[in-house]
Amino acid sequence: MNAPTVVRILYFAWVREMIGTAEEEASLDAPMTLEALAEMLRGRSAGHAGALADLSRLRVAVNQDFTRWSHLIVPGDEVAIFPPVTGG
Amino acid sequence: MIFEIRIQTEAFDIELEYQKLMSNDKRIGAIVAFVGQVRDTPLELEHYPGMAERQISATLNEARRRWPLLGAVIVHRYGRLDLGAPIVLVLTAGAHRAEAFSANEFLMDMLKIRAPFWKRAPGGWVDAKISDEQYADRWNIN
Repeated sequence: MNAPTVVRILYFAWVREMIGTAEEEASLDAPMTLEALAEMLRGRSAGHAGALADLSRLRVAVNQDFTRWSHLIVPGDEVAIFPPVTGG
Repeated sequence: MIFEIRIQTEAFDIELEYQKLMSNDKRIGAIVAFVGQVRDTPLELEHYPGMAERQISATLNEARRRWPLLGAVIVHRYGRLDLGAPIVLVLTAGAHRAEAFSANEFLMDMLKIRAPFWKRAPGGWVDAKISDEQYADRWNIN
C-alpha cells in the first residue's frame, strides 16, 4: 500500500453549510499546522473564507480527538472542523 | 456489569434500559436516570459518527476511574426530533446513590462539551452556552 499523501477534512453544522460540502481532501507534502491548513482552505471559495474566518469560533479534531490549531497534521489524518458542540 | 453506549435515531425505552441494568448485578443498590428532551421548538440533530462514540466512551472510562460504578447506559439520538421528544438518556448504577448521582452529572456535563452533536432549530443552528463550559470545569478536567 502506498503511503497516504492527503488529509481528509470533514465539516459539520453551519461550517458544512457555508462551505457547501461535508467532506473534501487536501494534499500534504509535509506536516502542517491546522492553522496553516485553514489558511490554505480559505483560498478555495468564498464559503470557505467565511466559515474559516475566525478560528476562535470553531473547534477542531484530528482523528476524532479535540486538539488545538497549532497541532501538526500528517498525511492520512482525518481532520474535522465544526462549531462548538450543542448535544445533550 | 453492563456499560453500553448507543447513538441512534430511534426513541429509547427507559424501562427496558433500566431493567437490563438492574437485573444484571445484584450489588446494585442505586440507579440514577437522566433524560434530556426537546424543549421550545422541534430540533434536528447532526452528529459526527465515530467521534461521538469515541468521545462518550472516553468520558465513560473517566467516570469509571472516578467512581465505583456497577453499570451505565448512555443513549444519544440524532435526526429530526419533535417537541418533547427524548434526546439523551444516561443511566448510572452503583451500590449507593452518591456514585450514581455524581457519575451521572459528570457524564452529562462532559457530554455537553465533548460529544460532537449539533442542534438546529427552525430559526437556525443553536449556539453553545458558556455555562456548559463552566459546568464541565467543576470536574477539574485538564
